[in-house]
Amino acid sequence: MTAHASVLLPTYPDNWKRRHLLDLESLSAEEIVTILDTAESLYKAYTAAGQKLSLLNGRTIANLFYENSTRTRNSFSLAAKRLGADTVEFASSSSSVSKGETYIDTAKTIEAMGVDAVVTRHATPGTSHLLAQHLNCSVLNAGDGPHEHPTQGLLDILTIRQHRPNFKDLTVALVGDIAHSRTARSNIWGLKKLGAHVIVCGPATLVSRKWESLGVEVAHNLDKILHRCDVLNLLRIQFERQDTRPFPSVREYALLYAMNSERMKNSKPNILIMAPGPINRGVEITPEVADGPHSVILEQVTNGIAIRMAVLWLLLGQSKRTTPAIRQYEGVRT
Amino acid sequence: MNSKLQTSWLIENGRIICPASGIDRVGRLLLRQGLIEAMDPSDDQIPSDAGRIDASGHIVAPGLVDLGTEIGEPGREEDETIETATMAALAGGFTTIACAPNTDPPIDTAQAVEFVRQKAARADRCRVCVIGCVSKGREGQELAEIGSLVDAGAVALSDYPGPINNAALMRRALEYCLMFDRYILDRPEVPSLTRHGIMHEGMMQLILALAPMPAEAEDLATSRNLRLLETTGGKLHLSCVSTAGSVDLIRRAKERGITVSVGTRIANLCFDDESMRSFDANLKVNPPLRSREHIEACREALADGTIDVLTSGHQPRALEKKMQELSAVPFGMSTLDTAVAQVVTYLIRPGHLSWQRALEAFSTKPAHVLGVEAGSLQVGRPADVILIDPEKQWTVCNEDFYSRSRNNPLVGQALYGRVQTVFVGGQRKFSRA
Repeated sequence: MTAHASVLLPTYPDNWKRRHLLDLESLSAEEIVTILDTAESLYKAYTAAGQKLSLLNGRTIANLFYENSTRTRNSFSLAAKRLGADTVEFASSSSSVSKGETYIDTAKTIEAMGVDAVVTRHATPGTSHLLAQHLNCSVLNAGDGPHEHPTQGLLDILTIRQHRPNFKDLTVALVGDIAHSRTARSNIWGLKKLGAHVIVCGPATLVSRKWESLGVEVAHNLDKILHRCDVLNLLRIQFERQDTRPFPSVREYALLYAMNSERMKNSKPNILIMAPGPINRGVEITPEVADGPHSVILEQVTNGIAIRMAVLWLLLGQSKRTTPAIRQYEGVRT
Repeated sequence: MNSKLQTSWLIENGRIICPASGIDRVGRLLLRQGLIEAMDPSDDQIPSDAGRIDASGHIVAPGLVDLGTEIGEPGREEDETIETATMAALAGGFTTIACAPNTDPPIDTAQAVEFVRQKAARADRCRVCVIGCVSKGREGQELAEIGSLVDAGAVALSDYPGPINNAALMRRALEYCLMFDRYILDRPEVPSLTRHGIMHEGMMQLILALAPMPAEAEDLATSRNLRLLETTGGKLHLSCVSTAGSVDLIRRAKERGITVSVGTRIANLCFDDESMRSFDANLKVNPPLRSREHIEACREALADGTIDVLTSGHQPRALEKKMQELSAVPFGMSTLDTAVAQVVTYLIRPGHLSWQRALEAFSTKPAHVLGVEAGSLQVGRPADVILIDPEKQWTVCNEDFYSRSRNNPLVGQALYGRVQTVFVGGQRKFSRA
């Protein structure tokens, strides 16, 4: 019946117990490694099969996005489909949110339609935690304001691991708007747990000295740290999350922090250039660097699918379908 | 016998604590005709028909006085009404509440003062004083008709819950109120530093990435207020102080001889910013829950009298308002029902505060700010008396709230200390079964 019956599917890891993926701060190093390993083996299985897998056949995953997103939403959808799940899309602009429905009510309504997992993004920290308290299905945080974006952190870490498997010898710099970056926070937690040295670098208005007490190096001058960095992750300036502009002009920011060919010359010869996207070409990264030989930006996108397949399967693969919509009809004879 | 008809009561065997007179001993207290008749009366002083209450194991204290209680009515009856607020106050041991003026419409006219007073009289539970607005519409621009407000019965003035941001208005208000001998209540904050803020700025805020409310926002406004107070010689109560910086400024001002009254909210002494990790909407309050060093500074200041007054900080919010993302959730915690237990559990039992000082901060001092005859068990004073069982352990549950709103993070938790009986003007208004 199945064309990929011969494909070796990964076995479900017995150390995975979680129902939700809300942040990387609360994950152990072991759990992170489990996700990374699962992502690679699932993606291999999918590539070998040459078609969708059936691991999540009959499951439904809802995307509940309250902030604009192209890559994350599509990436989750594709990941779900490649595991055989159905997806339902929900965007706040074209929905009852404009009629005044609250976030929780909307999520509960979608859950009652019989979904097994809600993937959610919202501008406020803690919103996915809020849903996890109110819903019975699994909740995946696809970004809660500037707090965390766990799958982004994981896909960044997977990309790094594929090039530099030994985290203990690694120096990773996160450059840019650390204050407003969920990607930064998820990367910091994940990388620290795996033993990497992390530097946060950017203007003093966006990079607090307080990070030092969490064992993170704080720098404001990119040129002074560049020679020590194995990986640079160039974060986008979050213009939409700032009240008063934290630096005088984009021009001055680019002058101080943009990764350009001049700075590439002062970098380690095998430096990895990453960016979570969407990138502002000319602000944090110049086109010749973004498209240059050190850039792994597109690998990050591919790994994003692999990571999302892994977390969806880990969260749903072993669970019973327990949403109320299904329970209500269990045992009902027709 | 119906307690409403009972005109005299003898409270026996209780530990009587009167912060106004410094009394703390086991004894008998006689209430008669609405007043404190005698402490340790002789047997022939006791009317034969006096109701007798055995207060063994209980603390007998003056009824608590709350400075700035939100009553919801008029305008936000989904949160609270005068009926429910006064009931919750009684059950919480408050025999006098001073209602906050942030109703809708705000209490900025004599009519609005009258409305609250009439409703409160009809509810006939605890005493209700009215705090009027400092500015018209509580908008912080022009002075409200303070003379008319006072004439109608306003006992203090405040633009609660917001700060008076306009320094010129603050100065003028302090001067103008000199004529009426009324306190101005202000929560010190520089709003431009806390705009869209959700939690205290610090390590935990850095991790959770919730919009920050830095301590300096309070320190700067405290400093400004103290300076204006010194210039004008007015009467100022700094409500809801929550930072080590504020405490330090106030301590030094008091040492210089500046007369200022200072309050803090119970929540700010019980919970720290780490608790925000739960993202519990009921912990979103303003001033925000601070970090340990601020809490310790405030506890110390309360114990040594730098902070005079404890307030419940009662801000009832309907469930639907708190069931939202944190950025949309309004500030506030419903605390009348749990205030005493919080003080016992978080401050008195761990040794941060004595009973004497707790009751002073909770009754004598706020009564002084309001200029009302409360907060004392001295003979001849109104018989506003409460009985607290300090060892009583109970679990906070939704059904127990007399307040209409249950936005309280302690639901489900076990606390110590419970108000068992409440007398207002010599009448037994509340008795827990």
